[in-house]
Amino acid sequence: MLDINILSLIYLIASVTFIIGLKMLSHPASARKGNLVAAFGMGLAIIGTIFLYRDDNGNKLHNYAWIFSGLLVGGIIGTLSAKKVKMTAMPEMVSLFNGMGGACAALISMIEFGHFAKMGYLDTIVQSYEAGEVVQDAILTRPVPIETLLTIFAGLVIGTVSFAGSMIAWGKLNGKIKDFSFKGQHIVNLVLFTAVLALSAYLIVIVATVEPRPDPNIDVIVPKQLGSAPLILFYLTFALAIVYGIFFVMPIGGADMPVVISLLNSFTGVAAACGGFLYDNNVMLTGGILVGAAGTLLTILMCKAMNRSLKNVLIGSFGAKNTAGGGGGSKDQGAYKEITLSDAAVLMSYANKVMIVPGYGLAVAQAQHACHELEKLLESKGVTVKYAIHPVAGRMPGHMNVLLAEADVSYDKLEEMEQANEEFPTTDVVLILGANDVVNPAAKTDPSSPIYGMPILDVELAKNVIVNKRSMKPGYAGIENDLFFQPKTSMLFGDAKKVLQDLISEIKNL
Amino acid sequence: MESVFNWIAINQQMIYIVILMVFVGIEVIGRVPSVLHTPLMSGANAIHGVVIIGAIIVMGKAESDNYVALALGFLAVVLGTLNVVGGFVVTDRMLEMFKNKKAPK
Repeated sequence: MLDINILSLIYLIASVTFIIGLKMLSHPASARKGNLVAAFGMGLAIIGTIFLYRDDNGNKLHNYAWIFSGLLVGGIIGTLSAKKVKMTAMPEMVSLFNGMGGACAALISMIEFGHFAKMGYLDTIVQSYEAGEVVQDAILTRPVPIETLLTIFAGLVIGTVSFAGSMIAWGKLNGKIKDFSFKGQHIVNLVLFTAVLALSAYLIVIVATVEPRPDPNIDVIVPKQLGSAPLILFYLTFALAIVYGIFFVMPIGGADMPVVISLLNSFTGVAAACGGFLYDNNVMLTGGILVGAAGTLLTILMCKAMNRSLKNVLIGSFGAKNTAGGGGGSKDQGAYKEITLSDAAVLMSYANKVMIVPGYGLAVAQAQHACHELEKLLESKGVTVKYAIHPVAGRMPGHMNVLLAEADVSYDKLEEMEQANEEFPTTDVVLILGANDVVNPAAKTDPSSPIYGMPILDVELAKNVIVNKRSMKPGYAGIENDLFFQPKTSMLFGDAKKVLQDLISEIKNL
Repeated sequence: MESVFNWIAINQQMIYIVILMVFVGIEVIGRVPSVLHTPLMSGANAIHGVVIIGAIIVMGKAESDNYVALALGFLAVVLGTLNVVGGFVVTDRMLEMFKNKKAPK
C-alpha cells in the first residue's frame, strides 16, 4: 500500500515538473533548465512505475528483463542519434521521435485489444466479499466497458496517424519523399477517415455487447463468441489509419512541415492521454493533455507567424498543383543579372551597413561559420553587419537563430522581422543566403500567389540586393520570385559556403 | 442517458484534470517568442513521451508465455524510450546554443 502512495506522490511531482518545464521552455533565459526539469520528472516517473506499480489486484509488474533491455536499447539509440544529428537536421529528428511516441501509443492499444481478444472479449475482475467469517474472492466477468474500448481505439487511431504522418514529414524534410497529390485526394482522405471511424465504431459496439456468462463463479476460460473477426477488423483499422496518416501529410508542401509536425506532436500528446485513461494513470493524462493543448496552440502560433490559417495549411493551396504554377508561370523569366565575386566584395566592403538574410540554403551548405567569418571581416573594415531573421526562415521557426548561435554570432546582431524591415531603407547591401520565399514580394503584391499575405522581409527597400542561390530554381513553395529580376538585384550563384569563403578571400585581397 | 451521468460522476477526477490541463497548456506557452518555437515543440515532444509509462505497464503485465504481447510490448518500450531520451537530448542540444549567447550579453 505504501508503495502505491509513494508512486502517487511521484506522479504528482512529475506532473508538476512537466508544467514548470513547459513554462520555463517558453522563456529564452530559462529554457534549457526547463527542459532538464521536465526530463528529471520523466525519469522519476519511469523509475517509480517500474518498481512501485501495482495493478488493481495488487500484483507487481514482471518481465523486468524485457523492460530493462527495452529501456537500454531505446536509451542508447536515442542518445546517440540525438547527439550525432547535425543542427540542420534537427527538425526531422523531432519528427522522427514524435513518430516513435505515436507508434508506442498505438502498440499499447494493440496489446490491450489482443489481450481482450484472448479472453473472449470479456473483462474479468476479482472482487472480495465476505462469506460469514472469511473473505473470499469472486471472479466476475462482464463485457469490456465501452469507455475502455473508446480509449483503446482513440489511442490506436491517433497514435497511428501521428506515426505514419511523422514518418512522411521526416522523409520530406530530409528530401527522401517528394510532394505527391492527385485529383480528388481530399475526397479519398475523407473516405478513408470515415472508414476508420466507422470500423472503430462497429468494433466497439459488437465487442461491448458481448453476452456475459450467466454464472460468474466458474472457470476463467471463456468460450469465444466472436471468433477472430474482431481481431482481423482491428488490424484492418490499424492499416487504414496508416494509409490515412500517409495521405494526410503527403500533399502538404515541405515548407509547411513545421506546422504539420507541431500538429502531429499534439496528436501524440492526446494519444498518450488515452493511455492515461486506460490505466487510470494521472501522470500520463496530465503530460498527454498538456502537450495536446500546448501543441495545438503552438501550431496556431506557427501558422500566425506565416500569416496563414491552419485550414489553409492543411488543405490549402501549397500542395495543390494548379495554384503552384499560377504565381509566376504567366509572367515567365525576365532578365536577371549576375555579379562577380570581386564586384560583390567591393560593394560590401565599402558599404556602411550590410544586412544578411539567411535561409535554408545556408543551413544546407553548413555555411554558418563562414557567414560569421564574413561578418567579423566586414566589421573590422568598419561595416555594420546585422542579420535579418524571418520568423519562418529555414524549415522551422527559430531554425536560423539556433544555427547562427552555433557559429558564435552575437545574439544582438540578430534582428527580428519588424526591426529589420525598419532598417532596410538605410541599408546599403542586403546579402541573401539561400532564402527565397521569405523575401518574395509576391506575398504583398500578387493576390493569386500561394504565399499572398505572408509577412516578408522588405529587402527591396535597400540600395543593393545580392542573392546567393544555387540556381534559378524556385524555392520550397515552388513559386517564382520577382525580386530576382528587379534592377537593383544581382545574383551570385553557387553553394553558400563556397561563395562565402571565396567572398572572404576576395575581401582580404582588396 | 443515465449511464452517461454515471460515467461522469465516477470519472470526474479525470475530467477535471483534462479540462484544467487544457487551460494550463494554453496559458503556459501563451507568449512564447517565435525564436523558441522549435525548441518548445521539441520539448513538448519529449514530454508526451510519458506514453513510455503505459508501455512499461503493458510489458510488465504481459503473461510470460504470450510472445506476441511480449514482442509488441518490447517494441513499445524501445520506441517510447527513443521518444523520451531522444526528445530531451535534442532539445538540450538546441538550447545549448542559446545559453552560450546569453551569458556574455
